[in-house]
Amino acid sequence: MKLIAAMSGGVDSAVAAARAVDAGHEVIGVHLALSSNPQKYRSGARGCCTIEDSHDARRAADVIGIPFYIWDMAQEFHEGVVENFLAEYAGGRTPNPCLRCNEKIKFAAVLDRAKNLGFDGVITGHYAQMQETELGRMMFRAVDPGKDQSYVLAVLNTDQLAGAHFPLGDTVKDDVRIEAKKRGLYVANKPDSHDICFVPSGDNAGWLRDRLGSETGSIVDESGNKLGEHNGAYTYTIGQRRGLGLTVPASGGEPRYVLKIEPKTNTVVVGNHEALAVNAIVGDRAIWCGPVPESDTKYRGFAQVRAHGSPLACTYSHDGIEISVSLDEPLFGLAAGQGLVIYDGDRVVGSATVSRTE
Amino acid sequence: MTIYLDHAATAPINEVAIDAITKAMRNLGNASSVHNHGRAIRKDVEDARHALSELVGASASEVIFTGSGTEANNLAIKGFYWKAIAANPKRKVIVTSAFEHHAILDPIQWLVEHESAEQVLVPINHSGFIDLDFLKDLIANRGSEIALISVMHSNNELGTLQPIAEVVKLAGQIPVHTDAVQSFGKVDFDFAKLDLTAATISAHKVGGPLGIAALILKRGLDLVPILHGGGQEREIRSGTLNAPAIIGFSAAAIYALENRTLNFTKVRKLRDYFISELKKAVPDCTINSISDPALPGIVNVTFPGTENDAMLLLLDSEGISCSAGSACSAGVPRPSHVLVAMGLTEEQADASLRISIGVTNTQSEIDQVISVLPSVIQRARKALDVSRLA
Repeated sequence: MKLIAAMSGGVDSAVAAARAVDAGHEVIGVHLALSSNPQKYRSGARGCCTIEDSHDARRAADVIGIPFYIWDMAQEFHEGVVENFLAEYAGGRTPNPCLRCNEKIKFAAVLDRAKNLGFDGVITGHYAQMQETELGRMMFRAVDPGKDQSYVLAVLNTDQLAGAHFPLGDTVKDDVRIEAKKRGLYVANKPDSHDICFVPSGDNAGWLRDRLGSETGSIVDESGNKLGEHNGAYTYTIGQRRGLGLTVPASGGEPRYVLKIEPKTNTVVVGNHEALAVNAIVGDRAIWCGPVPESDTKYRGFAQVRAHGSPLACTYSHDGIEISVSLDEPLFGLAAGQGLVIYDGDRVVGSATVSRTE
Repeated sequence: MTIYLDHAATAPINEVAIDAITKAMRNLGNASSVHNHGRAIRKDVEDARHALSELVGASASEVIFTGSGTEANNLAIKGFYWKAIAANPKRKVIVTSAFEHHAILDPIQWLVEHESAEQVLVPINHSGFIDLDFLKDLIANRGSEIALISVMHSNNELGTLQPIAEVVKLAGQIPVHTDAVQSFGKVDFDFAKLDLTAATISAHKVGGPLGIAALILKRGLDLVPILHGGGQEREIRSGTLNAPAIIGFSAAAIYALENRTLNFTKVRKLRDYFISELKKAVPDCTINSISDPALPGIVNVTFPGTENDAMLLLLDSEGISCSAGSACSAGVPRPSHVLVAMGLTEEQADASLRISIGVTNTQSEIDQVISVLPSVIQRARKALDVSRLA
């Protein structure tokens, strides 16, 4: 096959590209310029993006012996990921930009371009496993539970999955680093990236405040009694306990948590831990990563709501638009906008975006 | 099988240069040392300088070796600016053309941002030449404020030779520098005849090694240096002389100049053949590099409805190396400022390729490129159509 390897400059995508070459594919390396990050990318007169990551990716491609290009996806990234991230927070929701990037950039803009240029698909260094089954191509968790990234890939529909290749899903991270070293890839010991790539400081709240402003609003209890003030409701997360700055203690002295964010009134509602309990979740924008389950039929499975969250035993069903989940045990703290991913054992069934909880 | 059509980026090194460099690398000594080892090297370096100076129409003492054309350009721009404002703080204007190489535009921009210089860009007409009337008016109105005029001898993306003699005439007492890296060795270039104040030439564009270039600087002129140290080059440029590279530069330049007319004719013939076949193969393309006088081998062409980074990838996969003109170090193609300066839209500039033919190319190579171009362009068009719909 002719494949485009998306190379970030990290160890995973470099080894993934090298494995695809070994498997006999014709591989071309591509680094995506997503220049919305002024700390990471130079924004000079030519608007170029560069420095270490793109050089690391190019160096890895040279060592592997494949052509290497940089694709400017800054505009697509800004419109599809960054603006969405801001709009979601402004609407009182908690988005996951990595899900969005996979859905709109890596396996949409990049995959489309690759196909139109005559390539068969895109390789990334994500940790997930693809298997051809009687029912078609399906995605499973990676063998390394600490690195499993099937959650952030669960936004890919069957067409996107057909062009997606994840050569690292069967390997644990430590072995990938050892392999990188053996292959002479100088990124073997490069640390993993963790932060949101376009928030280089890691200060999510500060980054949001700079862009959405810091209008003072009220912090209230569930009965609407004002307990304090904040400067920007979107800087709070459902389930957050610290940093509320409340001077009025709860009647029973118990700690208080963020229960709700109301963007229209710029209000943060707090309450006790029990009030965070979620027993049922409804998500919209349903995407199926394989065969579509029968609608209006109850299935047993697992729900996961964070990239490295635990799988929660549940019963789920869908009506074609929304996925409804009933959890066996309550979950504490879940925000609208988070990704809801459904698993059948280790197989990714599909995903939705959390719209409401009970 | 690969085909190299990017001679304006760098040209193949000549065998005579390789032989000269290899021989020189076996000789021990620092050209600045007074002992016999140093003297022996210095003799070879100065012979090379002398030969090179004759080829460029200068005297030996007017040749200042640098590590790259970029360094020579920086030395000229910053050196003349600092010299001018030291003598008269009102001389803050640096005049250049709108389609200069970044090795001229960026040092000027740096002086604008950090040292309150003022940049004035001479516009480019639709044929790819500077607007002399604009320059004339500018000098008439603001001549006393101008520190330096720097206009390239030939443009690296279009090949057009600029009217440097006229620029020098208009400039009067104002220093004039020209970036002649694309011209030297390919077309007539004579420093003294043009009465220039300074000029940049570079070895790797004429079949010499990488990492050696020169600023030709009129005798008796001092410039404020960028590199301070041993003062090896007229106290204007410091650093141990790179003897093997200088010797290789000279050998390559001698060879290029000896064969210049022959090479020009051969390369121009290939270019004309390429253009005529291109028009047949892709009738809706537009050739941007049609004006003369020009370098022999540059073809700049717009393929409407494409993006050059897609075309470069597809051509590369066919083993064909050419360029989009202006790629930065990160490799993201931006709309060429050269093409935009001569009146193309950003979209047209984005759809343009620079093919630069050299003396080692053959007609059968051109035929092979022509045979794959229509399918490459078709695919690139499809990619753009779909991304627009998305």
